[in-house]
Amino acid sequence: MRFTLNGRTVDVRAHPMKRLLDVLREDCHLTGTKEGCGEGECGACTVLVDGEAVNACLVPFAQVRGARVTTIEGLRGRRRLQEAFVEHGGAQCGICTPGMIVAAAALGRRPNLDDIKTGLAGNLCRCTGYSGIYRAIEAAAVPLRPARRRGARGKRR
Amino acid sequence: MKGARKAHATRATAVVGHPVRRKDGLDKVTGAARYIDDLVLPGLLYGTTIRSTIPRGEIASVHLDFDTTGFTIVSARDIPGKNVVSLIEADQPSLADGRVEHVGEAILLLAHADKERLLDVRVSIDYRPASPVFEPELSPTTFKEITIAKGDLGRGFAEADLVVEGEYRTGHQEHLYIETNGVLAVPGDGGITVHGSLQCPYYVHRALCELLSLPERKVRVIQTETGGGFGGKEDYPSVLAGHAALLALKSGRPVKMVYDRAEDMFATTKRHPAIVRHRTGVTRDGHLTAIDIEVLLDGGAYVTLSPVVLSRGLLHATGPYRCDHVRVHGRVVKTNTPPNGAFRGFGAPQTQFAAEVHMDRIGEQLGLDPIQVRERNALRPGDTMATGQRIEANGGALRVLREAARRTRFRQRRRALRGTDRGLGVALFFHGAGFTGSGEVKLRSKATLELTRRGVRVGVTATEIGQGARTVLAQIVATALGIPYEHVEMPPADTSLAPDSGPTVASRTTMIVGRLLELAARDLKRRLRGRTPAESWRAHGPISVTKEYTPPPGLTWDEEQYVGDAYGTWAWACDVAEVELDRDTGIVRPLRITSVADIGRVIHPVMARGQMEGGTAQAVGYALTEEVVMRDGRMANAQLTNYLIPTTADTPEIDVVFVERPYRNGAFGAKGVGELPMDGGAPAIVNALRSLGADVRAVPATPERVLDALSKG
Repeated sequence: MRFTLNGRTVDVRAHPMKRLLDVLREDCHLTGTKEGCGEGECGACTVLVDGEAVNACLVPFAQVRGARVTTIEGLRGRRRLQEAFVEHGGAQCGICTPGMIVAAAALGRRPNLDDIKTGLAGNLCRCTGYSGIYRAIEAAAVPLRPARRRGARGKRR
Repeated sequence: MKGARKAHATRATAVVGHPVRRKDGLDKVTGAARYIDDLVLPGLLYGTTIRSTIPRGEIASVHLDFDTTGFTIVSARDIPGKNVVSLIEADQPSLADGRVEHVGEAILLLAHADKERLLDVRVSIDYRPASPVFEPELSPTTFKEITIAKGDLGRGFAEADLVVEGEYRTGHQEHLYIETNGVLAVPGDGGITVHGSLQCPYYVHRALCELLSLPERKVRVIQTETGGGFGGKEDYPSVLAGHAALLALKSGRPVKMVYDRAEDMFATTKRHPAIVRHRTGVTRDGHLTAIDIEVLLDGGAYVTLSPVVLSRGLLHATGPYRCDHVRVHGRVVKTNTPPNGAFRGFGAPQTQFAAEVHMDRIGEQLGLDPIQVRERNALRPGDTMATGQRIEANGGALRVLREAARRTRFRQRRRALRGTDRGLGVALFFHGAGFTGSGEVKLRSKATLELTRRGVRVGVTATEIGQGARTVLAQIVATALGIPYEHVEMPPADTSLAPDSGPTVASRTTMIVGRLLELAARDLKRRLRGRTPAESWRAHGPISVTKEYTPPPGLTWDEEQYVGDAYGTWAWACDVAEVELDRDTGIVRPLRITSVADIGRVIHPVMARGQMEGGTAQAVGYALTEEVVMRDGRMANAQLTNYLIPTTADTPEIDVVFVERPYRNGAFGAKGVGELPMDGGAPAIVNALRSLGADVRAVPATPERVLDALSKG
């Protein structure tokens, strides 16, 4: 079955009812996507399907035919977000981190704190109390050179 | 040259106390970090466990009702060594042999190359059931009993104007690390290598040697990247590693066992439930004259670490208060439920919940506000605790209490909230850092530093479980040695490469193992005689320095009498919680928690804050939502759908403030931090409910409990 994985068209043979999570980990050897619960509650297996954050443990493989699937390994252009997770204590044990970062990436470039809390409500972290994660996402959202951007865009947001 | 060396030294010494980049950061944010379930080997088999379905009884017969072709099958009869999970007592079998003592006890192990085939496995077991015990108060079997006594209780009560009594209860708590327990056992060379998600490589090592009857050198345990521990990977991995190793040795092939979430919740250890009774004598002006505490812990079916959990629970049971006449008595007993084990805080969250709710009730009865009653009694420098341990000149609970009250404008805020549905509560607490009593002396932990071509390699079996051990220990070494942080290598914990630096538990890693590394680094620095590691390597080749723990001078502990210095030092903290209560539904929304903590010198500010925030969030779950429902000895809600840990929507804003009072025997003045935040959140939240008229005496304070308390108020 053909779909786009991290920007490349791939053809993967697997049972159509196999969980997307297992297809990614076992057939595509992308182990960055983690299993935390297998029941869609923890979000550790969050990937993007056509830009939407979904739990890969709840998606049968057949459902991604022709779709664009993005995993933590293919999260291009979001290096600043990833760096911010390192710097601001957004990652401790790291097992929820790939899913958390993928979910955060789906929030757009400049989410406010309410957007972040709502957008990540399906991603459980047992280490950080989420504070470090908020700080990381907020830090990554701040423009590099606010003054120049303000000038260019006329206003801040 | 001189200038260059000076600049070099300045850069290096700036490492402790600064938020250097965490060593494992990049791998974790890119998905490159490899956890146990990410590892596959050629010829790999997958293992599964057949468990008892009854809480107590004899196994009459076991029938395999499936095609066993290609399966490796292991029962108690296949165990080459002793059928025990070696920890404190030798009471827990690796596999049930003839009888079971709890639901979920492992009876049979199966492995197959095809994971799907494991789903077809049908095993029927006939039992001769016996009557189980579920209520700790009815248990005829005591695992451990401890008494701490100070002064003369009769005299203390005679001096009292008022006696306040109360009973407090806390429930089980599930660790809910996001990575479940998992190991990979690889046979070879007449021995076994186990890779696993674990906190204590040498605990597993010892358990494997006994179970498999192998000499130490034939067993190797390597920690893989570990997705959270919280104590849940302190004792349990010894069980799971044993199972995978048995299957691997019998099949001659590598065997992976990774629990799914339901099995992990259903079968592995939890926090001990507790019943704590207080009887306290107090003068009219609010001074404690007598403290009498009775603690009962539910140990579950086997001893595991229960005696030590009880010990730590009792040593924290008075809360951080001064009193001349004290008796703390406790027991941990057997019930026919899955064994309870280590969980962040290790007995102290249970007993300090009771102490702090009780303290608010004492204040109420005397007409003193929560800050006043605590100020009167908070331990000060020179005071003695229940064991006679004297508070250091820069120790005590008063400083964090006053800072928390000041920072939150506690009294003003409480007045302002009067008549609203918002309440404010406080909890003052402490946590002993390191192993209890003479535990550190018995552990005799070791740490090694080896010179490399450009720096140094650290040899410890302290594990990185997310708390930042890899980074913090490297900071300590870099600073003590005066080399760049990047030149300190931190290999994975591996029993074949590093000495036993003790388990990664008890808030001991930074303080104890860090201190050993600090001393080793200072020693190595002397041996370098002013050369850089690279210069020394070129001239003299490798050098290695090993340091072994020796107790700081003056520490004494009498295990029989429970007298002396229970811990090398104590961390102190005060939480203030603001909550909102929906009086119609009983739902409590925690809004903000301020946590003021003295953890000694802060080595890495971002990670120390992360420990406080994460521990506080875990305490919020303990306080409000995390309810393990046990039905006939079986966890009825072993799934994330109805065992609720805090999400982004449930976690309050957490404000962390550090009061740094260095501890002279800790690495660069550090004390422990990991467990401390687990102790305060629950009583602070429940005391906030108390200020709203809900007399809650048990956690979790579920909506049902809160409504019940309101209706009685």
